[in-house]
Amino acid sequence: MKTNLNFRRVAVIGAGLTLFRRRMLETPQELAWEASKAALDEAGLDLKDIDCVVIGSAPDAFDGVHMKGEYLAHAGGVKKMVSRVFVGGATGVMVPISAWYHVASGLCEKVLAIAEEKMSPARPHPQSVFKYIWDPITEKPLNPNLIWIFAMEMHRYMHVNKISKEEIALVSVKNKRNALNNPYAQAAANLTVDDILNSEVLVWPVQRLDTSPVSDGAAAMVITSEDVARRHTDTPVWIEGVGWALDNTEWIQRDLYYPRYLEYAARMAYRMAGIENPFKEIDVIEPYDPFDYKELHHIEGLMIAKRGDAPKLLKEGVFDIDGDIPSSPSGGLLGVGNPIAAAGLMKTISIYWQLKGTAGKMQVKKPVHTGLAQAWGDLMQASTVVVMRN
Amino acid sequence: MKIGIIGVGWYGFKPSIKDSSFREMMFEASTRAYEEANINPRTDVDTFISCQEDFWEGISISDEFAPDPIGGAMRPTMTVTGDGIQGIVHGIMHISSGLSNITTVEAHAKPSDILSLNHIIEFGHDPIYGRIGAKNCNFLAGLEAVKYMQKSKIEREDLAYVVAKNKELGLKNPRASFASKLSIDDVMNSEYVVYPLTELDISRYVDGAIVIVLASEEVARKYTDTPIWITGASFASDSTLELSELGEANYLKIASKKAYQMAKINPKQIKSAFIDDTYSYKELEHIEALGLSQNVKEDLREGQFYPGGKIPVNPLGGLLSVGRPLEASGLSLLLDAISYLRDGEENAIVGSWRGIPTFTGGVLVVSRK
Repeated sequence: MKTNLNFRRVAVIGAGLTLFRRRMLETPQELAWEASKAALDEAGLDLKDIDCVVIGSAPDAFDGVHMKGEYLAHAGGVKKMVSRVFVGGATGVMVPISAWYHVASGLCEKVLAIAEEKMSPARPHPQSVFKYIWDPITEKPLNPNLIWIFAMEMHRYMHVNKISKEEIALVSVKNKRNALNNPYAQAAANLTVDDILNSEVLVWPVQRLDTSPVSDGAAAMVITSEDVARRHTDTPVWIEGVGWALDNTEWIQRDLYYPRYLEYAARMAYRMAGIENPFKEIDVIEPYDPFDYKELHHIEGLMIAKRGDAPKLLKEGVFDIDGDIPSSPSGGLLGVGNPIAAAGLMKTISIYWQLKGTAGKMQVKKPVHTGLAQAWGDLMQASTVVVMRN
Repeated sequence: MKIGIIGVGWYGFKPSIKDSSFREMMFEASTRAYEEANINPRTDVDTFISCQEDFWEGISISDEFAPDPIGGAMRPTMTVTGDGIQGIVHGIMHISSGLSNITTVEAHAKPSDILSLNHIIEFGHDPIYGRIGAKNCNFLAGLEAVKYMQKSKIEREDLAYVVAKNKELGLKNPRASFASKLSIDDVMNSEYVVYPLTELDISRYVDGAIVIVLASEEVARKYTDTPIWITGASFASDSTLELSELGEANYLKIASKKAYQMAKINPKQIKSAFIDDTYSYKELEHIEALGLSQNVKEDLREGQFYPGGKIPVNPLGGLLSVGRPLEASGLSLLLDAISYLRDGEENAIVGSWRGIPTFTGGVLVVSRK
């Protein structure tokens, strides 16, 4: 892989979010515009200043719109270079990656990156949209759903590393507690491990409070070249490393206990950002946490903890908001909500606000200079990683 | 900017491919492209891009199926949900940002698997006030054609000229399933699908997969002595249906302005054009938008759009002859352009459109030098 050779510096200068809620009344276009407007305001730019737009949204079936990119283009991409990128659930972080190369390539100066998802209108339940993500010949006849296969992954992770449910539940406790400080959060709560272990079982070992809720929401970022950033802000946050990787489609033949594809994606981003020891060099992280075990799984894939060690570090408080490497200070998907693509971009925005020092009550205790956001998707096969510095 | 095309591969281009799934078609096309480029995708290609839309595939998150057939598993593979030309522009950005030396762009279509194409297109309209339950999705093209013909003083007969030209020129193209020798009268006398378009004015759907291998200038020169260069590239959207200008291909105007600028070329220097002719009138509308002719009607009647004329437009038959492979339509035009350049033409412009109900298209300026 060739990285870090001739690209221009790329900065984030503004970000915006909508509330993350179930059953928002706004249309997908309106949600996307609300977030875009907030991001443009923070950046001090108008829509007419933007020259390219990148859109991210997970399956078209959620919004029930074919060519969803064309539909959402209306939220900012009128008479402009506008396109949609897609890597399943990992789309949220693919959007800033794509915005990065729009600017780094020299084709664009000021990019608006938008992610939107509206899950709640799906009937009878958003899970039913996932009925059609399988191989039409070999898997669809079994009618699996996502919680099924994630239960397998969680089981395998627990079995290989000898991890207990109690240790994993601590993630949910931490993230839902962090979300109490987040004004956009949908599922913030002060819970104990017992509350989580006593919630109803969906598919063993996944229980209801191990999972993130069904959400609607949008997120947006303004990403620009160095010249533009210097003109508009004294505190730009730089995107210094990007990486992504997709494993093959056949999840059934993969050992699920370790996300190898994430390791590849992380290595790509680390090499670009010049990071050799992620545990020492990264100050704050936002790993993707649609399920509580996923945060630990991803921390290991990011090589911030050794395989099987993440639960131990969690118990020691390393990942707490006042710990050595605060993880999901925004509250993550478990606390803030999970409008798929928007959730990934929300995580990137959380790191941006942390590095800029404008995270308000979410701001972590220690000074931070390097942050990382990550998302995960497809059939347990895709990961996207972005590293930022202030 | 100069990005080299070092390999192309295609598979299919038949109204119905019965013996291969879309994944097998992708595999066949990419194998051929890698063979032509003489590279091993597992070691030489840095990033992979696939262009597809969930609803066309009938699979939610169809991106899951992208990596394996094109050699992109465990590598940076991503999907651009758009026309293949948009994928190419993303590939160009991967290369010029320094992220990659060699990038693969793939697009495919299997409309023969789709039972309810009209219904799927209906889902492309705004859910609140755009879905009118039209039985025939071509009605929008009819509306736009009338508007365009009024504005540019184009007559029904001119559209027939376009059809006869493209169907005849397609006879030279190995991919053209729908090429035939037709007279103007044949077209004029066939039945309307929606006024002013007959079934001969509307390109048919076709199954196909296309893979294009892009490389940076330095790397391209290592792999081949005769790469085709992309010197200008862009894409754009006008707006949604409600606010776009009917009868005016603003998307190509915006995109081509940028592409010409990048290529440091003006439309008069373009020697051949490969532009979307999903509907016969679209070819003329796009010629205008790209600034390739001052008087489209006159040039058309004088035969200036044939090879040997001022500027050959779709000299290998365009989509009217080859068929419309959904998201691979832009790449299908690019393939034609590449073979035309390999046969000796100096440069070409490729202009794509995403089809109803979008107002989105992409432009590439390709050249032998």
